[in-house]
Order: sequence, then structure tokens, then C-alpha cells
Amino acid sequence: MDLKDLYRDVILDHNKRPRNFGRLDPCDTAADGYNPLCGDQLTVTLRLEGDRVEDIRFEGRGCAISTASASLMTEAVKGMDEAAIQALYGRVHEALTAAADAPPPEGLGKLAALAGVREFPARVKCASLSWHTLNAALAHRAQNAAGPGGGLDPTPIAAVSTE
Amino acid sequence: MTPPASALASPPAAAHAAYDVARVRSQFPVLATTVRGKRLAFLDTAASAQRPLAVIEAVDHYERTSHANVHRGVYQLSQKATDAFEGAREKLRRFIGAASSRELIFTRGTTESINLVAQSWGQRLGPGDEILITWMEHHANIVPWQMLCARTGATLKVAPIDRRGELDLEAFRALLTPRTRIASFIQISNALGTVLPVREMIAAAKAVGALTLVDGAQAISHQRIDVQSLGCDFYVFSGHKLYGPTGIGVLWGREALLREMPPWQGGGDMIRTVSFSGSTWNELPWKFEAGTPNISGAIGLGAAVDWLETIGIDAVQAHEQSLLTQATAALREIPGMRLIGEAADKGPVISFVLEGVHPHDLGTILDAEGVAVRAGHHCAMPVMEFFDVPATARASFGCYSDEADIAQLVAALRHAHEVFN
Repeated sequence: MDLKDLYRDVILDHNKRPRNFGRLDPCDTAADGYNPLCGDQLTVTLRLEGDRVEDIRFEGRGCAISTASASLMTEAVKGMDEAAIQALYGRVHEALTAAADAPPPEGLGKLAALAGVREFPARVKCASLSWHTLNAALAHRAQNAAGPGGGLDPTPIAAVSTE
Repeated sequence: MTPPASALASPPAAAHAAYDVARVRSQFPVLATTVRGKRLAFLDTAASAQRPLAVIEAVDHYERTSHANVHRGVYQLSQKATDAFEGAREKLRRFIGAASSRELIFTRGTTESINLVAQSWGQRLGPGDEILITWMEHHANIVPWQMLCARTGATLKVAPIDRRGELDLEAFRALLTPRTRIASFIQISNALGTVLPVREMIAAAKAVGALTLVDGAQAISHQRIDVQSLGCDFYVFSGHKLYGPTGIGVLWGREALLREMPPWQGGGDMIRTVSFSGSTWNELPWKFEAGTPNISGAIGLGAAVDWLETIGIDAVQAHEQSLLTQATAALREIPGMRLIGEAADKGPVISFVLEGVHPHDLGTILDAEGVAVRAGHHCAMPVMEFFDVPATARASFGCYSDEADIAQLVAALRHAHEVFN
């Protein structure tokens, strides 16, 4: 095990300069993510066209792994529809939880940098928090759209990272 | 921090000089293991202390030769188990200076001890009654009282702390009123290391007629405790922070109080008679020990205090205070270091944040260097909020900690600072 596998340059870079940081206002749906174990918390806001992500931002505070993971996620899912996002998340989750000696994941682009987490089981939740939060925001977009303000400034719903 | 003047006088200094940490370390098998190929620097004793051979062997011996249920069988093996279990109670009574072993109730730990008091003694509370705690309590000394207030309509009050992490004693005094029924506070803060002025707090609470509960979880292994001289009404601690097993702890309470408190859990062993028209309760302390207890845990804890007495808790305290002074000075030299909790009087606990490095990343980087520290909110979320940090890293020392542990911590922290900055 090598720390450089976990804290790759791309992770350190996205931690220091997170992309798509902030809040979309107005937005179509949003969710809060919270990891009660370590206190990491973030909010994901989305603008949608049908079920395609037109724009996405996140804000909050957390460790380097959770911040970089959220930042990389926002870059990756912009322009994707929900089915594509689910498929991508499936591959990311597999990469995070694979055996330490499994071959490196393919087709993940920059997201592959998160695969170092597999050697640090205690940190998998950090890397997956933003994805759980994105899923929660998508799952609740119907309720949010029907809420007061016609979908503007929806109340974020809570997602808790379980793995 | 500057050591108190008394620590510089000859007797404690001489005791420290004689402290043979290598010999103490040799009693802890886990300290000889490696982490990721590196020497283990175990600096998380405040979360749970390691076990010496004396404890491991006492538990092993009991399991191999003496196990049966206690207080039940007439056969010899059950009597052996009962003698060992009650013998452990007597060892703990001596260790904390209690007047009688009837006052010493075995629980699962500090958390259960506080819940027992809140649920049993707390039944007498009602609207208008007040409970006073401090801002630096562990969640175990906050939540049971919140639950009690929700049940009874009593009010929870919180005494503030200052930026150094010290209790505002004047504010604590001002919050005590004739309606205060109990003041419950930590003796040494697990998140900040602060040693609270418990004697003054107990005296102030007594002056308004309030009871006192002292959470000794962090104090019990670091200084001599005499519950009678302290003057509190309840004293609680966990075995696993005292070099004993997990799942065993102690509630000490004044006999007259315990006598008038109702049982909190019903079942076997806590009764004298049971019939469908009603039941009667066993004597103290068994009235509060429903069901088969953690027999091997109690025996292990008894062995732990015996072992600690062979080293001498005063010598341990001098050793740990010396390490605290050294480590605090060394950590201050690290760029970007911010210590959280700088009370004048501290237990062997250093909480800190390193600029630009989240405590969880710090925990992982230190782990890669063989250094085990706690990273998180330390079950003291109000303290984190007060200092406006999401979490801290915390290094804490025990009787086996040594200068090599500090050197390894400092080197790993410098490495972390390089990786992230």
C-alpha cells in the first residue's frame, strides 16, 4: 500500500481547487449529504432538462477524498442522463470496493484516480458520499419540482452515505 | 504547558526518573506488532487503552478453569466464579476508595452508568427541575439527560467554556439554582484534555443542594481517584480505558442514594422474590445488575487495577505529564499546527488541526506511518462547533507511551504537511 495511490495528484488538485463549487440558484433539484461518522457534509444542486443534467454544483466541507470525489463527479456527469449516471456510478462503486489486487478500472477517465480508496476501506464512504447525494437529488426531483416555487429553491433532502 | 511547580519538586521528579517505560511496554503484546511494516505508535489510549499480559492472562485463566454462572449454583465451580467476580468488585472498591462494595455496580461502561442514573434516579424529576452539565461533555453525558428532560419536563442547562477550552467556573456557579437537582460533568475532557476543577464544582453544587455525577472515563487511569475525598454522589468509568476489557464499567454511588433508587432493569439476579402479584428487590449492588453479568470482564478489570498498582498510578501520571509537555512543545513547532484545547491543567490528550489537511486525511496519512490517532468529533460535537472545526485529530498517551511515539508522530505530521501543501 502506498499513500500516493490514495492521494494522487488529481485528487490533491481537485481538493485544493474544487470544480463546479457553489450552488445553482435557481435549481431543479437538490440534496444534502452527510456522513455522521466523520462530519463530512455537502449539498448538490442540479439543473435538469428532462432527466439530463444540464448543470451541477456542489458545496460543503469534507476531507480531500470526499471533496475531490464530488468535484470529479460534477465534471463527469454534466450532460449525462439518469441512466448513464447510474451506469457510471455502478462502475465507480465497483472501482472503490474492488479487492486491493484487482486490475485498475477501465473507462472511468479521471474518476479512476479514486480507485486508490480500495486499499483504505475506512475511506470508501468519503468517496461515495457525493454519489449518494446526487442519487438522492435525482430520486426526489419529482417532489422538488412539485414543491413551492415551481421547482425553484427546493428544500434539499438528506442523503446519508452508507457505503 | 508549564508543569505545575509541585511537579518540579524532588519526589515526583524522582519517581519519573525511576519509571521504566520499556519494562511497562514489554507487558503489552500489541505494542510489539507492526502496522504496514512500521513500528506501531499507539496514540489513541483516550479511546481505548491496550491490555497488559496480566489482564489477558487473568481472563484466560478464568475461562479455562473457573467459569460458571455467578450467584446461582451450589457447586464448587460456580462458587469459584462468584468468588472471582465479587473479588474483582472488592479490588475496584479499594482502587477508588469507596466505603463499601455495595456502592459499586458493574455496568457495561461509562455510558451505561450514566443512563442508569438518568433512568433510575431521574424518575423523581419533573417540570421546573434543572440538570446542569458543561459545554465539553461527551455525548454520553448529554444525551441521557436530554432524554430524561423529554420524559419528565425537566430543563437541561449548559455551562460555557472559553477559547482555551477551560470551564467558565463563575458561569457554572451562576447557573446553579435551588432548582438544580444534579450537576453532571466530565473530570478530564476527552476532546480537549482539560482537567476540570471538579472539587470546586462539587462544592458549588452541594451549596445549592444539588447532587453531582463525575464522568471519570478519562481520569480514572491517569490520576489517583478517591471518591470519598472528592465528595461527589456518583462516579462513573469504563474498564477498557483502565487497561481492562471492553463491556465492563463501574457506577459508584452513595449507598443511601442507591438504596432509595428504583431498579432500572428487571430480570434474574436483581430480585429477592418474584410472584405474579409482585416482586421484591435484591440487596445492593445486585439490585442494579439484572441478568448474567460480564463475569470475565469484571475479573479482567480487577486484574487491571492490581497490575496498575504494581507500577503506581502516581508514577504513571508523572510519566504521562512529562510526555504531554514534550509533545505539546514539539507539535507547536510544526507549520500550520493549531492546538484545540490549551487549558493550564490538562490530561495526556492533545487535540489539533493541521492547516490545509482535513483530520480524516491526517488520520490516514499517520496510519501509513504506523501512528494510530483518533480523527473525528470525539463524541463531543458541541465542542467541535464551539471551535468551528468539523473534526480534530487527537493524540493521547497512556502508561506505555514513550518518546519514540512522539518522534514518530511529529515526523508523520511533517510528512502530511508536505503532501498537502
